[in-house]
Amino acid sequence: MLTNQMVQILVFVILTIMTLGGGLGVVSSRNLFHSALFLVLSLVGVVGYYALLDAGFLAVVQLLIYVGAIAVLILFAIMLSRGLMARRQHQRNEQWWIAALVVLLVFVVLLVVLGQVDWPVADEQALLSPNVSVGQLGQVLLGPYMIPFEVISVLLLAALVGAIILARET
Amino acid sequence: MLSEFAFVGVLIVFASLLPIAGLGFAWLVRPKKPNPIKKSTYECGLETIGGTWVQFRAQYYIFALMFVVFDVEAVFLLPWAVAYDQLPAYALIEAVIFIAILALALVYAWRKDALRWS
Repeated sequence: MLTNQMVQILVFVILTIMTLGGGLGVVSSRNLFHSALFLVLSLVGVVGYYALLDAGFLAVVQLLIYVGAIAVLILFAIMLSRGLMARRQHQRNEQWWIAALVVLLVFVVLLVVLGQVDWPVADEQALLSPNVSVGQLGQVLLGPYMIPFEVISVLLLAALVGAIILARET
Repeated sequence: MLSEFAFVGVLIVFASLLPIAGLGFAWLVRPKKPNPIKKSTYECGLETIGGTWVQFRAQYYIFALMFVVFDVEAVFLLPWAVAYDQLPAYALIEAVIFIAILALALVYAWRKDALRWS
């Protein structure tokens, strides 16, 4: 009989294979366009992590912004660049071992920090109570934070106008 | 909350199993008689001229940027939509103002002919 925790671990393993496999594809693919598609796979894996951590809104944001928007921008940037589409490329050069050394050092530092820092854990009561839901976020966003909410639309308007002015062929 | 995501998981599993089952069954029962025309990428339609891995026109980028802007709009409208029935009446006006300002962006792009393919 599968328990809830076993299912969670299973999903976590699948997501990890997806995320790390995607990341490995990004750095090993011979074609830059394929690298970008592997990056999308990796980002979708992160969506799963957020869902597993019960962070529904973050999962939606990750899916819409990173998988939807940023990935599209990266793919377009590759498609618009001269000569990047077809060229086969090597992702390694003769300095790979220096990079590997630095990566190993960073990993060791992270491992030490992970072990030494006393990570504060939310008390049992907070863990048992339901998380901040998307609905609560909406109530706050359109209640006390209504001015920032409206300013966001102005910011987006400015971004689009700027993009059109910069990108138009005149 | 987490069990609600389980439904998404079940949906993903079924959504991937269904086409695999269909294509797999078709692969089992179909006759195998390949010929060059059948194996071409587009059996009907126009043949492509030259390579397909070419540099694309920069005009595509405006469409991508506009998509990103309205994508971000969707992210901010989601909490509003979820909390819709718990919000006071003026929240609707706030959201309408939010959408109206972004509609202004669309009008600007339209008026500046950024949407016209030249």
